[in-house]
Amino acid sequence: MSAARAVLARELALALRSGGGAGLGLAFFVTAVLLVPFGVGPDPDRLSTVAAGTLWVAALLAALLSLDRLFQADAEDGTLDQLALAPLPLEALVALKATGHWLTTGLPLVIAAPVLGVTLSLPPGATPWLVAGLALGTPALSFLGAVGAAITVGIRRGGLLLSILVLPLYVPTLIFGARAATATDPWPALLLTGGVTLLVLAGAPFAAAAALRVNLR
Amino acid sequence: MGLRVDALSCARGGRLVLRDLAFAVPDGQVAILRGPNGAGKSTLLRALAGLLPHGGVVEIDGQPADRDARSELVAYAGHLDAVKPQLTVAENVGFWARLLGGDRGPAIAAFGLDRIADRPAHLLSAGQRRRLGLARLLLAPRRIWLLDEPTVALDADAMLALLHAVRDHAAAGGTAVIATHGPIGVPADIRIELSAEAAHAAEAASDPFLAGSWA
Repeated sequence: MSAARAVLARELALALRSGGGAGLGLAFFVTAVLLVPFGVGPDPDRLSTVAAGTLWVAALLAALLSLDRLFQADAEDGTLDQLALAPLPLEALVALKATGHWLTTGLPLVIAAPVLGVTLSLPPGATPWLVAGLALGTPALSFLGAVGAAITVGIRRGGLLLSILVLPLYVPTLIFGARAATATDPWPALLLTGGVTLLVLAGAPFAAAAALRVNLR
Repeated sequence: MGLRVDALSCARGGRLVLRDLAFAVPDGQVAILRGPNGAGKSTLLRALAGLLPHGGVVEIDGQPADRDARSELVAYAGHLDAVKPQLTVAENVGFWARLLGGDRGPAIAAFGLDRIADRPAHLLSAGQRRRLGLARLLLAPRRIWLLDEPTVALDADAMLALLHAVRDHAAAGGTAVIATHGPIGVPADIRIELSAEAAHAAEAASDPFLAGSWA
């Protein structure tokens, strides 16, 4: 357990130090969402119909922003070799790093979303459901992204390839998550969002660890 | 008992670099690995560490070395020092101490890092970064050390510290395989010579075009 805590604490420290990119995802999220009223126009009715979808799409892109460095920085400075030899399974390492990514990128989005919802005239009744959907759905974004990051770890400028690989996999979370904030009965969509996340949490560490092993060669 | 290697072969990028390599390093002995650039020294060390898939047998204490055995018994120091530039020297060592076990104080002191312990690692010179990478060896005791050109960028004091570390390690019954070009100051109990010709021959034999089997 102390090894797991050490990895998670290091992930958080690295993300919060300069160049770590923890604030970057949040800043991108806020900027992207605030651009929408300029494009769609200030009409509250029109904005409120696209509010939930806009927030969700912006959240997907913001989560993707710092994912390409998830394993690449460690691979470049030799840390990944040492971690692969450490008495901690690679699957656990992946899960810890993805958790660190969610804590520094996904969680700030969940917290910022209600404020940004106001600027997009999101109906007040929908705000709790949007937040609940984001809270349940964003862990899946980090863990699916970890698989993509593990596959592209050896590729220079793999960030673009990563987005092409990962964004299609985000579609179920996007559909159910956005639906939870707009449907008259949000429960089924919300539960399905959680279900997708559970499936991803169970499978992604193994897929990402397998990809890392191939890339270590 | 120590480390025993038999019929080891290893391919990189589809080409065979090592073929039918066999040697043994008993407990308490130091093997020096020599060979020109491209002879496969780093490949051999990475294969021994379990970072590269390989054919043949690698045994530690008579047992085939699986991942668990290697993570408990093997320490590897490669060309890259696994230093995080954003963290300070003490934080870098502290992370590995918590992950691998062991106490960071003696490891920092042994390589003369105590005076720069609070400095961010991105300000370190190449030699200081290498010392920081080598300090990881002293954290948790690992029986088998695999060192890939550990003396690169080290000054005389750090070379001496490394020499002491390797001697103490061998005296405590550990084994070390050290790839190096220059004199390292450690008496070599065993010499392993890799030649560029052997690497080339292995490559040719593994390539159906070069071996002429398609002619």
